[in-house]
Amino acid sequence: MKKDEVPQDSDNLHEGTFKQIMYAVDNTGNYVQVQSSGWEPENIALTQAWDEVNEKVAAAKVLVQSGEISPVAYYMEKNLMDLALLANYVGKFQWQVKRHMKPAVFRGLSDKMLQRYADAFKISKEDLLHIK
Amino acid sequence: MIFAACCFVALREHATIMNNHQFRHTQTAHCESGVISNLLGHHGLKISEPMAFGIGAGLFFGHLPFVKVNGVPGTTYRIWPGAIFQRVCKRLGVKMETAKFSSPEKGMAALDQVIADGTPVGLLSSVYYLPYFPPSYRFHFNAHNLVVYGKREDQYLVSDPVMDTVTEIDPDSLVQARFAKGFPAPKGKMYYPVHVPGKASFEKPIKEGIAQTCHYMLKIPIPMFGVKGIRFLANRVKDYPQKVGERKSALYLGNIIRMQEEIGTGGAGFRFVYAAFLQESAVLLNKPELSRLATELTQAGDLWRNFAFAAGRVCKSRSADNVSYKELSEMLMQCAATEEAFFKKLSKI
Repeated sequence: MKKDEVPQDSDNLHEGTFKQIMYAVDNTGNYVQVQSSGWEPENIALTQAWDEVNEKVAAAKVLVQSGEISPVAYYMEKNLMDLALLANYVGKFQWQVKRHMKPAVFRGLSDKMLQRYADAFKISKEDLLHIK
Repeated sequence: MIFAACCFVALREHATIMNNHQFRHTQTAHCESGVISNLLGHHGLKISEPMAFGIGAGLFFGHLPFVKVNGVPGTTYRIWPGAIFQRVCKRLGVKMETAKFSSPEKGMAALDQVIADGTPVGLLSSVYYLPYFPPSYRFHFNAHNLVVYGKREDQYLVSDPVMDTVTEIDPDSLVQARFAKGFPAPKGKMYYPVHVPGKASFEKPIKEGIAQTCHYMLKIPIPMFGVKGIRFLANRVKDYPQKVGERKSALYLGNIIRMQEEIGTGGAGFRFVYAAFLQESAVLLNKPELSRLATELTQAGDLWRNFAFAAGRVCKSRSADNVSYKELSEMLMQCAATEEAFFKKLSKI
C-alpha cells in the first residue's frame, strides 16, 4: 500500500475523532506511519456487526413486551453478552441464567439476584424490571 | 492510616508532575507491540513498533472454525495475545514484573502504588469498558493493552497506543475494564519493566524472531495454521453459501474482514507492519535482501487488501451467489501462494 492509497473513508462510526495508524510505503519505497480515518470494508463489517446486534435487541424487546421472555434476555443482547459471559458476571450456571429468562421465574427472583443482574448490566434495578 | 493516606497523596502528585514530562506517548497501529515500544522507550531502550512486532514474531495466520465468537468462526492474523510481549522481553533481556489480582481492590491499590513511584504500568483490559473509544468499537474484547502513567485528581492518565493522544479514564471504568469477565479474563493483569538493558543488540533477536515466524507459517503440522490455514479458510469460504446460508455467510465474511483490520493494520492483517520490520532489519543487519523481501510482503498485503475490499462488497450486497464466494476463495488461494513463496525465501536468509 502506497502512502497516498491509505484509505480515508470516514463515516459516523469513527465519530470523526478516531484516527488509526497504518503502515504504508512512501515514494522512495520506505515504510512510514500514516493516519487513516477509516476504510470501507472495515466500515461495512462493523456496520454489519452492529446491525446484527440491533436486530437481536429489537427482537428481544418484542418478546419481552409480549411476555415471552424476561428482561434478562433483552439486556443480555443489549450488552453484547452471550449466555456464558452473563453467567460469569452474575456468578451462576448457564442453565440457571437461562431459567431466569422465563418471565415466571424472573418474577420470583430475590432482590439480591435482581441487583446482581442490574450490576452486570450497569443499570438500576428499576430499569431492569421495566425495560424502556 | 490517615498519615499513610496523606503520604500517598503527596507521592501521587509528585509522580503526576514528573510523569507529565516523562512519559512520551506515541500512537501505534497495534496495542501490544505499541505498548512494548512505548514502555521500553520510556526506560531508555528505543524500539520501534514494527521491530517489537518482528522480534516478538507477531505475524501469523489461523482459522479456527470451532472457536466461535457469537456463533461466528474465529480467524486471526497474528499470534495469540501476550506472546509478542513474552518473546520480546526474553530476546532482549528485559525483566518484567507481572501481577494478576483476585479482587479489584487489591488490583487498584497495587496500580496506585506503582504509578506513585513514577513508573508507567501496562494493563490488560476489555475494550467494551473503555469510554474514550468510539461506541462502535466497543465490543467485548478482553486482550487490549494500554499504559497508565499517572493520576490527576481522581482520573487515571492513560496512554492508549492506538489513540491519537493521551487521555484520561475514571476509576470505575478502569476497574470494569481491568476486571472484565469472559475469555480471556484479564484479572487486573498489570506489568512493568524492572530491568531494561541500556543497550541491546537487535541482531540475534531479529534472527530468532524471523526463524520463529517462518516456522509458524510453514511448519505447524495442523491444517488450520500458517499458510495451510489460509488455504483451509479458502476452501471453507467457497462452500459458505451452501453450508450456512446467505445470512450467516455474510456474517462470517464480515468477521474475517474485522479480524484482518483489527485496529489500524491497514487492512492487510499485519502484513505491512511486518514488512516495515523487515525493512528496518535490512539496515540493522546490513542485508539488502531483507528489504527486497519486504517489498514482496507488501505485495502480499495488497492482495489481502483486495480480498477485504471484494469481501466487503459481497457483505454489503448480501449476494450469496456462489460465483462471488468462489472468487473470494480464489483470492485467498492467491494470498496463500504468495505467502508460501515469501516465507520459503525468508526462511533461507
